[in-house]
Amino acid sequence: METASKMGQVTTSLTPAKKIDWIERLFHGLFFISAMVGVISVITIGWFVFYEGLPAFKEAGLLNFIFGREWLPPALYGISSMIVASLISTVGAVLIGVPIAIMTAVFLAEIAPKWMANIVRPAVELLAGIPSVVYGFFGLIVIVPAIEAVFDIPAGNTLLAGIIVLAIMILPTVITISETSIRALTPTYKAGALALGASHIYTIFNVLLPAAKSGIYTGIALGIARAIGETMAIIMVMGNAPAMPGSLLEPARSLTANIAMEMAYATGIHASSLYSTGIVLLAFIILLNAGLLYLNRQRGHA
Amino acid sequence: MNKLEVNNLNLFYGENHALKDISLPIPAKQVTALIGPSGCGKSTLLRTLNRMNDLVEGVKIEGDVMFEGENIYADIDVKQLRMRVGMVFQKPNPFPMSIYDNVAFGLKAQGEKDKELISEVVEESLRSAALWDEVKERLHTPAMGLSGGQQQRLCIARAIAMKPEVILMDEPTSALDPIATHKIEELMDELRKKFTIVIVTHSMNQAKRISDKTAFFWMGELVEHADTDTLFQHPVDSRTQGYVSGEFG
Ligand SMILES: Nc1ncnc2c1ncn2[C@@H]1O[C@H](COP(=O)(O)OP(=O)(O)O)[C@@H](O)[C@H]1O
Ligand SMILES: [Mg+2]
Repeated sequence: METASKMGQVTTSLTPAKKIDWIERLFHGLFFISAMVGVISVITIGWFVFYEGLPAFKEAGLLNFIFGREWLPPALYGISSMIVASLISTVGAVLIGVPIAIMTAVFLAEIAPKWMANIVRPAVELLAGIPSVVYGFFGLIVIVPAIEAVFDIPAGNTLLAGIIVLAIMILPTVITISETSIRALTPTYKAGALALGASHIYTIFNVLLPAAKSGIYTGIALGIARAIGETMAIIMVMGNAPAMPGSLLEPARSLTANIAMEMAYATGIHASSLYSTGIVLLAFIILLNAGLLYLNRQRGHA
Repeated sequence: MNKLEVNNLNLFYGENHALKDISLPIPAKQVTALIGPSGCGKSTLLRTLNRMNDLVEGVKIEGDVMFEGENIYADIDVKQLRMRVGMVFQKPNPFPMSIYDNVAFGLKAQGEKDKELISEVVEESLRSAALWDEVKERLHTPAMGLSGGQQQRLCIARAIAMKPEVILMDEPTSALDPIATHKIEELMDELRKKFTIVIVTHSMNQAKRISDKTAFFWMGELVEHADTDTLFQHPVDSRTQGYVSGEFG
């Protein structure tokens, strides 16, 4: 003000607002449209999968479809064996992969000397970038023959092979997110625990990991989503027989494999039933996300 | 009788010579205050007393610290040392768990399983930290829900639960408001009867109010140390004079 009046300028202060600030509007619009791309995609995917899948539900009956054990299109549409295959392969992969991943994350964040972490971390990140078809190769060349040898069975393309390949595939996601959330903790937690005479290991298990819980859950959920949605590698190593597996050493067909393998030639209700398979798959993913939200909300209240 | 004795201690953070030939006796059951301008090495010295500097990469320590006549930089079990020499940090740092679990943490870390004993210690420690009446109804709620001053008293309770002989405090009230600060100072008047206390403070008034001995640091050197009254009324070194009269720092 002072300088302005000294310089003899008009002192009527601020200029009136422009009628419409077009730049502002343009960018708001741009941000809004970007945000809508994701939402619209989800809605469109959901809509089409349901639209295409409903006829098969009607034809076979929802319960028969989900609980039926026989998959013999066009006569019988029961996908319980595939639900079981998807669930078991995913749960198995989580049971094997998650502990390894969390221990690796702890190793990287807390134990490894810098130079070693700088070797292990890029290796893990590389694992994340490998296409699933290459994991499939790896499964075929290494895991499947190993299972044949160890269990003395003629065909190693089994549920177990799927579990092992998936376990490796979810490692990078769970490791990276867990390590990041352990590193993000305030160092005062660790200092506080050690200052009480707690050992480093006790501190890791009783302070750091619980404190990093919500990040670790997120990593696990993304790992599960990857496992349950994995298609290519599973088709290559799991044998794909559309029958209820009697043990881990029998072949099985996952929900994803069912869709991918028959889509090319299916028509009519058969094609629709593959979309229905997709609906079931989506339902699992939604349940998973809801479960994660619930866990993290619990934590917020704890 | 000196509880702790720092003898010709030098500490380097890489090239940075952070503590220069420090020798300081710390008498038992008294409050020793470490004062001096920011960056002069007070926290660093405090952390040498329970070997928390071990966590800092590239730190080098020469000289020794005697605790009850034993050199803590000899080959000793650091966990035991830290149980006997507890620490309260500058910012309250309760663990993200319940009030009860915070206080029980140290005992459980030692493998204590006896639930009744743990409960007793938890209550006793919270009472000693003048926190019991405020939290007894909500022991199993998250410690993060407490106010800053309560959190700091919880951290004191957590340290007391280990039945330490020494409690190290690094500016324990610097993150607190005046009322919470007053409560902690009152509490220290009780604690001094049972524990040897070493406290870093940037407040000369706090040092005057609560300490028996005061040591003045300046750029990594221990300039002088004496009874608190003596140091503030008849400082010998000109730097101490300047600092306690508020000329700089
Ligand atoms: N963890 C650390 N790593 C490297 N240098 C440090 C570290 N902590 C403190 N220093 C350095 O040591 C000196 C003393 O710091 P500090 O003991 O924190 O001083 P004060 O507590 O008196 O403010 C400062 O020069 C500071 O930069
Ligand atoms: Mg300090």
